[in-house]
Amino acid sequence: MTAQNRPVLLTAARILGGEPQDVLLADGVIAKVAPAGSLEVPEGALVIDATDKVLLPGLVDLHTHLREPGREDAETVLTGTRAAALGGFTAVHAMANTTPVADTAGVVEQVWRLGNDAGWVDVFPVGAVSVGLAGEQLAELGAMASSAARVRVFSDDGKCVHDPVLMRRALEYVKAFDGVIAQHSQEPRLTDGSQMHEGVVSAEIGLRGWPAVAEEAIIARDVLLAEHVGSRLHVCHLSTAGSVEIVRWAKSRGLPVTAEVTPHHLVLTDELARGYDPVFKVNPPLRTAEDVEAVRAGLADGTIDIVATDHAPHPVEDKDCEWDAAAFGMTGLETALAVVQETMVETGRLTWEDVARVLSTNPARIGRVDDRHGRPVAEGEPANLTLVDPTVRRTVDPALQGTMSRNSPFAGRELPGQVVATFLRGRPTVLDGEALAPAGEPAPQGTIA
Amino acid sequence: MRHLLDARDLTRADAVQVLDTAAEMAATQSREIKKLPTLRGRTVVNLFFEDSTRTRISFETAAKRLSADVINFSAKGSSVSKGESLKDTALTLQAMGADGIVIRHHASGAPHLLAHAGWVDAAVVNAGDGTHQHPTQALLDAFTIRRHLADRGVAGSGEGFDARRGVGKDLAGLKVAIVGDVLHSRVARSNVQLLTTLGAEVTLVAPPTLVPVGVGTWPCTVSYDLDATLAERPDAVMMLRVQRERMSAAGGGYFPSPLEYSRLYGLDQRRLATLAEHAVIMHPGPMNRGLEISAQAADAARSVVVEQVSNGVAVRMAVLYLTLAGSGTAAPVPTSKELA
Repeated sequence: MTAQNRPVLLTAARILGGEPQDVLLADGVIAKVAPAGSLEVPEGALVIDATDKVLLPGLVDLHTHLREPGREDAETVLTGTRAAALGGFTAVHAMANTTPVADTAGVVEQVWRLGNDAGWVDVFPVGAVSVGLAGEQLAELGAMASSAARVRVFSDDGKCVHDPVLMRRALEYVKAFDGVIAQHSQEPRLTDGSQMHEGVVSAEIGLRGWPAVAEEAIIARDVLLAEHVGSRLHVCHLSTAGSVEIVRWAKSRGLPVTAEVTPHHLVLTDELARGYDPVFKVNPPLRTAEDVEAVRAGLADGTIDIVATDHAPHPVEDKDCEWDAAAFGMTGLETALAVVQETMVETGRLTWEDVARVLSTNPARIGRVDDRHGRPVAEGEPANLTLVDPTVRRTVDPALQGTMSRNSPFAGRELPGQVVATFLRGRPTVLDGEALAPAGEPAPQGTIA
Repeated sequence: MRHLLDARDLTRADAVQVLDTAAEMAATQSREIKKLPTLRGRTVVNLFFEDSTRTRISFETAAKRLSADVINFSAKGSSVSKGESLKDTALTLQAMGADGIVIRHHASGAPHLLAHAGWVDAAVVNAGDGTHQHPTQALLDAFTIRRHLADRGVAGSGEGFDARRGVGKDLAGLKVAIVGDVLHSRVARSNVQLLTTLGAEVTLVAPPTLVPVGVGTWPCTVSYDLDATLAERPDAVMMLRVQRERMSAAGGGYFPSPLEYSRLYGLDQRRLATLAEHAVIMHPGPMNRGLEISAQAADAARSVVVEQVSNGVAVRMAVLYLTLAGSGTAAPVPTSKELA
């Protein structure tokens, strides 16, 4: 029996932060949950002492850039999903802005297969809304939906679907297969050449501003469009206090609008741009401390449904340069849970049960993969699970991460919590904080050749 | 002074030290032989990613008058389009043994990156970066204002050129109006910081479209009304260049027409007549005569535009001296004897 398919007994695990219980995983499902110390160790089982550790449903990321095909110098499906497993994820939604763009059934099926072959997490490709992300013509959404990749989330992320007619058509069209449009809300004319949040810091340091209103105006428009045509809208990486207000208003009207916030927008601010280190250059940009407080409050009161990483790996040369010339984006898969623990759990704003909701249950539901992911931690459910030791503190070192890229804004920063183990259908993909290659051998750290 | 990147890095004492050093430098420049041996054997690279003949010539002159070897490296066309990164350019200059790098770059923060990324050991002097800073311009403006106005009321002041007038003083109590395209101006940003550090009161005057969001935290007043500001009798009026391409920007431009701009924010003959008798007119150049400044104002006796240029050389000599000679921040101010 290999580590891959033997039963696993987690002893004294705190499910969603609750009382210690023994949890037995077998045949890909949660076979048994019983009071701590009451389960016998089955023949050949892997026993993991989960005392004082928190057991969560496997995390689900609705917003990941895996870069393959096209930018394999930044990340591949293999390395990106390994990073995801190390971060406690069992499923990721791979964004469509690859080269070629994931705007056909062929490309989404390729990404889906690469994900299956890698075996670290379930990969659910996101389809482009428009052909080539050009914002002019609908991509073949139906073909992607009915492909083997079974796409349900569509997004031109990186670009905004700014044409209101195209947005309306997209929102309407995906109703046929219960899809959702995940909008990157950025009015392009108001943000031409923008480099960072427009405000006190941009005025002083002379970088072109990206005003909050450019995000809020699109969200307001889309919310009204979604109401008009009765469609689901998902707001990607919301970043401003005003955006939280608009989504709160939409929800108060009972509209089917969901919203996400990234870990970095929960903690980092535009003050970090002062050193001109492009590792802090991201889109939407880091906002002010008031915005950080507003998105935390929105996440705590349920206005914001999920935390999604917007994991955006870039090769060194795209960040080791002038701010204006640098690429937008930050890695995030391996720090997301830690940031949520620091900003939301340790501040008393979310319980571990809430963490499971915003990082697993809700994203799985929005992505319509909630038949397999984001399930309750209960007998008979798929054994997609994450075991976290919240007492550990670690200093982030990008060189030791599973992602190929080094652009973590948390480099050198101490964060709480450590993913001890991740299970995909009962099989450990991460054990003792180390990635386990699908063959059962530990994968080398750093770049996989 | 290790580098000069940002006017905000200068304390009042630092700034006065630079201005006093510049005064000593300026005093040597009326001699027949202007060259000083101070930086003999040192190499200064003018690294210009953006065209600016005036600023480059000013730095080149300053470095040569201090006997430094000067290399002009024009990297226009941007690092990205040329395929060579700022990093590789920097490493090249490091390998060639540059002691000082004077950098002009279209990207805000590029001098900061050059100074702090660990690519070079050289002293870095910011000669203008994007819409961020142009600290030597602010220093030469402060030097010019001080020379004309810091001794106001002292008998004999205002006549002839005494390079040392105002030495040791700051700009306390002086009112300076800076008029024009503040949004895109590194000159305005540097001057707001430096002039207020030196005790002056600064008012920025511009149409609201040319004032950055976030200006509220700057240590200055903002006015949309040039006539109202001039009625407060500023001691110096600094006109900023308005680039005509601002007219063709997205959204139809930042103001309706050059004529309307000139009417509302230009220093025309009528406004010229309202200035206080002692007030000076400044402009960082190059001027758009007839747009932000009338020919009468540009050529008026109270216009110090040409003197700003010559003061620029003295100030840049001072900055190169303070960053390259001696061993750091405690470099003493040289007397003209020591310099000779």
